[in-house]
Amino acid sequence: MPETLVFYLLAALAIGASAMVIGQRNPMYSVMMLIASFGALAALYIQLDAPFVAVAQIIIYAGAIMVLFLFVVMLLNAPQEDRAEWDRSHPLRQPGVTRFGTLMALLLVIELTWALTGPGRAVESGAAPVSSVREVGRVLFTDYMFAFEATSILILVAMLGAVLLARREGEQP
Amino acid sequence: MIPLGHYLIVSAILFALGTAGVFMRRNLITILLSIEIMLNAVNLSFVAFGRAQGTVDGQIITFFVMTVAAAEAAVGLAIIITLYRHRESLNPDAFTTLKW
Amino acid sequence: MDLRTAIQLGIIGLTFFMLINASALLVLAERKIMGFMQQRYGPYRVGPHGMLQPLADIIKLLMKEELRPKGADKWLFTLAPIISVTAAFAAFATVPWGAQTTFFGLLDEPVKLGVADVNVGVLVVFAVTSMGVYGIVLAGWASNSKYSLFGGLRASAQMISYELAYATALASVVMLAGSLSLREVVDSQSGVWFGFIPRWYVFLQPIGFIIYTIAGVAETNRAPFDFPEAEQELVAGYNTEYSSVRFALFPQAEYINMATMSAVATDLYLGGWHGPWLPPEYGWIWFLAKVGVILFVYIWVRWTVPRYRYDQLMSFGWKILFPAAVINLLVTAALVLYFNA
Repeated sequence: MPETLVFYLLAALAIGASAMVIGQRNPMYSVMMLIASFGALAALYIQLDAPFVAVAQIIIYAGAIMVLFLFVVMLLNAPQEDRAEWDRSHPLRQPGVTRFGTLMALLLVIELTWALTGPGRAVESGAAPVSSVREVGRVLFTDYMFAFEATSILILVAMLGAVLLARREGEQP
Repeated sequence: MIPLGHYLIVSAILFALGTAGVFMRRNLITILLSIEIMLNAVNLSFVAFGRAQGTVDGQIITFFVMTVAAAEAAVGLAIIITLYRHRESLNPDAFTTLKW
Repeated sequence: MDLRTAIQLGIIGLTFFMLINASALLVLAERKIMGFMQQRYGPYRVGPHGMLQPLADIIKLLMKEELRPKGADKWLFTLAPIISVTAAFAAFATVPWGAQTTFFGLLDEPVKLGVADVNVGVLVVFAVTSMGVYGIVLAGWASNSKYSLFGGLRASAQMISYELAYATALASVVMLAGSLSLREVVDSQSGVWFGFIPRWYVFLQPIGFIIYTIAGVAETNRAPFDFPEAEQELVAGYNTEYSSVRFALFPQAEYINMATMSAVATDLYLGGWHGPWLPPEYGWIWFLAKVGVILFVYIWVRWTVPRYRYDQLMSFGWKILFPAAVINLLVTAALVLYFNA
């Protein structure tokens, strides 16, 4: 079935791109791969009848947050730093904590795959899709009113924090 | 007809990749990127659950997660810039002293 | 393949063809208008009155040698212009440019003039145009040259700053129309007030329109906001190291982005294909005329206003444009609530 095929393609793309993000040393390539992964996820959201989330994903994640990351990577011009002597060995062969972390991550995958496989019901079987932007907006501004307002304070705090942190010492704002 | 479990497995693998990235990578920027992967994995499972339930709540929580991700990226990158100014390095192992 | 599918494919092909031509025509128009403003002729040798100049330009660009600097990143250097131009073309995909038509009774069901009609069309256009910045930023980084790097850095900071004001201006119009579909936004602008004023949102949202246009100029990196390629400071900014076809793709993307920006402005603020005197089937003539006027303003501004300073650009975006857009949004929201309740 074409739907299933598209799902597997997109899932493979998302996972492959995410693996590339953590699998290489150049942060520039990592950022690009993460953008590809976000694109695949946005397509998955469209398949889940959530076009608004898909577009928001592209606008917020790929269009704003990742540009910020690119900006910092370019500003620090950092890729050369990563190849210094402490990072000669392949990440997977590094001792101690890293190996433990890798093991934990692998265990997590195995456990979750074991827990979630099985026949299961189709994601579409539950109820009719709610994809209208109007409905999303209505629920967001009624049921989730408090969370929404709290988010605005979070953004304000983050903005102030970022400005304060990135300012050079002795510099007047 | 894609089972809900398949979305959750994709989400789980993405989350595990993000976790692995946080542990493995020795570059502050890549660590932040790995955290973004983890947040996205969570988003995917929220939207999938929301779709299975037929409500918009999953989508709405996704928006909150995105907001948190944006705030986290802004503050995290500001911290990275400040750290880089002090040590000329992005390796987390270079920042072992509490005072400089 | 039935007639309907053929016609829809034809519409898609026509849109694509018009966009390609738009970049060539705009280069010529820009040089001609610049010449006129500076009291000279502009291109005059190739063809009658220099009309074939774009053709000569294209042939020249294709014949040049393709160079890649030694330290440049092989993949990203090639990928950057491709991203740029792909995003520019893709952004037009959800922009409608004409009313529904049956082609004078040729079809039973009317078809929509435009590539695709999506129910979150406004956001899709915004999302895809925001992808275009990656082309410029990557070009700046991959070239391995200081001037390019500065161009890319400036582009990323400028885009993030102006996208905010841009999106806020869009949100005001979406609130008025009550829909995120560009076609529905256009259709809510049909008709007239008091018998002679067209119901265009530019009359309800004059501040929003001005904010949209200014942010649009900054988003397309045109003068007076062309910092990523400010030639007096940065040689040619992000495209310093590019040549031949790879270079040609950047200006092409810029001109197509201009066309998209003008088309979206027409759809959102100027009533799209609605206008007096012409029957709805010929609405696309109005659409083209309005887009042409906005494009002329773009070129006019470029050759009239001197370039800002970079810090002025940032403080203007954050301290004037964005607060104005937010106030406009709040006032609009209050008025919509008051009159609709």
